[in-house]
Amino acid sequence: MATPAVLTHPESLKRPAGPSEYAKHPINAALSKEDKIELYRKMARIRHFEQRCIRVYQQGKIGGFLHLYVGQEAVAAGTISLLGKHDHLITGYRDHGHALMVGMGMNECMAELTGKATGCSQGKGGSMHYFAPDKNYWGGHGIVGGQAPLGTGLAYAVKYLGHKGSCLAYMGDGAVNQGAVHEAYNLAALWDLPIIFVIENNGYSMGTSQERSSAHPGCLAKRAEGYGMAWDVVNGHDVYEVRAKTSAALKRAHEESKPTVLEIFTYRYYGHSMADPDKTYRDKEEIKEYREQKDPVLLFEKELLAEKVLTPELSQAINEAAMAEADQAAAFADASPDPTVADITKNIYWEEDHRGPQTTSRGTIIFE
Amino acid sequence: MPVITYREALRAAMREELQRDEKVVLMGEEVAQFNGAYKVTEGLLKEFGPKRVVDTPISEAGFIGLGIGASMLGIRPVMELMFWSFSYVAFDQIVNNAGNIRYMSGGLINCPIVIRGPANGGTNVGATHSHTPEAILASHPGIKVVCPATPYDAKGLMKAAIRDNDPVYVMENTILYNDKGEVPDEDYIVPLGVADVKRTGEDLTIVAHGRAVITSLKAAEILEKEHGVSVEVVDLRSIRPLDEATVLQSVRKTHRVLLVEENKPFCGVDAQVAYLIQSKAFDELDAPIHRVSSIDAPQIYCKRLEDQQLPNAQRVVAEALKVLA
Repeated sequence: MATPAVLTHPESLKRPAGPSEYAKHPINAALSKEDKIELYRKMARIRHFEQRCIRVYQQGKIGGFLHLYVGQEAVAAGTISLLGKHDHLITGYRDHGHALMVGMGMNECMAELTGKATGCSQGKGGSMHYFAPDKNYWGGHGIVGGQAPLGTGLAYAVKYLGHKGSCLAYMGDGAVNQGAVHEAYNLAALWDLPIIFVIENNGYSMGTSQERSSAHPGCLAKRAEGYGMAWDVVNGHDVYEVRAKTSAALKRAHEESKPTVLEIFTYRYYGHSMADPDKTYRDKEEIKEYREQKDPVLLFEKELLAEKVLTPELSQAINEAAMAEADQAAAFADASPDPTVADITKNIYWEEDHRGPQTTSRGTIIFE
Repeated sequence: MPVITYREALRAAMREELQRDEKVVLMGEEVAQFNGAYKVTEGLLKEFGPKRVVDTPISEAGFIGLGIGASMLGIRPVMELMFWSFSYVAFDQIVNNAGNIRYMSGGLINCPIVIRGPANGGTNVGATHSHTPEAILASHPGIKVVCPATPYDAKGLMKAAIRDNDPVYVMENTILYNDKGEVPDEDYIVPLGVADVKRTGEDLTIVAHGRAVITSLKAAEILEKEHGVSVEVVDLRSIRPLDEATVLQSVRKTHRVLLVEENKPFCGVDAQVAYLIQSKAFDELDAPIHRVSSIDAPQIYCKRLEDQQLPNAQRVVAEALKVLA
């Protein structure tokens, strides 16, 4: 048996799974009963969408990689629930939760996974490359850490255009050792950009634990100090805490145009991707402990039941509706057509998609 | 018509586009306060201020990626690489991000970014600073590449690149920066994907791009004076998109072809051009197509030998005579 990895989620492990100490934080106290139910509904929708994806994958309908977000729902839900008109986001490849949170539909997301023309990217992107620029969501990026400079550029543009906004650039704990991330940190701090680097620390960069991949002084966020950036660590199993600490970072971005690094401790229940048999690098007991004691959806449900916002009946109805919606999305994807061969060479160049007398390109640009 | 240098033509293009569109931003190492490592951006900080002309740290993956991200939100960054050789540390941003985002988003996003700077050997600086990556980059659908050879084309292509809504990589040449030519004051663009017949002739077509055009024009003079051969020189100007029609038209006229480029031969731009000609004008050829490229080795430091490694007029003349034999 593999040596159990040393757990590195000090913030979350120290805390008992009781009521959230952040429930009364102003950002959460301001939530109406309906807001809270909606937040719970969104987390449940992510959970059930992802679990439905497993079945679709096992049926052989999803090719390539499938990185599931199950266990991490509170991160996307908490952070994205705070965003306004000029707040943008960009993520790595574990992107389904963020997509659903910004308002992308289960249908277009499921159809993208099965490579259908009705997918959010017309079947050209796949699981790792969801985009919804109309919802300020700039992808879905497959190369670890490669999105960090792009996010810095989004924040630069927000500032250049004079908007009171920000960019949230998400990455996993494995991304923090990429040079591009450090270059992005430096530029963000040097130019006072309104960006929040969100490290979703689920403890493992693929099959390599944090201890075996990252030199760090207790936590990864602290590296921000080397760039003079503010940082914080967050219990990612508590959506109230995620909201509270993200709101402070957002305030810093909006009001001072300053960057923040947030390290949010979270956990994934499934392998790095569906291609990961998940047998070599962590103990089943560890997964069980998180599922039973730290599950972000269950914890928030308990919280809302105790607050008398949610009833068991309402919770059941929300979960059943989310499952039905995911089932319906799978059926929609099944019934959708493939893109055509002619579609392969579309959407490569803006100028080709709009070619005319006014465009700046002539000549041959797609070759035989 | 005013006569200005290639460097001044590039600067004029950027100045005019900075004036025309407030979303145009120049960015790069030493472009602002230092006035440009090659003085291409000289005076622009003073004229437009630090919001529009921005010095970056030496951090190509970071600042090129930043420019691409900003372009997604409608900023039109013109990013200087001090050498295109430095693009290799930003390859993921330049290829994977700028080149693929439109496609992977199913056409929802475009990246109107220009990356520009010199891409040439011949400056006695050794292998790491002498790369010519136009073929490497143009091999990626989603990316456009242009290589101006004259001041007129430098200005017109740069202005077209800045107005283009896709990533356009402009490969300049430090050896050409002081070359002079006629450049109109008024607004004009050279559209991407339009080749230019720089010299008309009857007996042989030379296809070239970048500084190889200048070398080929010198060779054409020698061939005419010393060998009585009439040479047509086609300047591709743009690698992707590629003006196939102008190349083929010249081939149909002369029936003999020499391809000249400063790239190394393996998978160079001319490998594609040779394929084009044999596939679409095979019956027009009276002789096999020949090529002159850089001698196939990392760029040598020794200046006397580097001048031999690159295509020069003597090598072009010698190879042309073989095609004509």
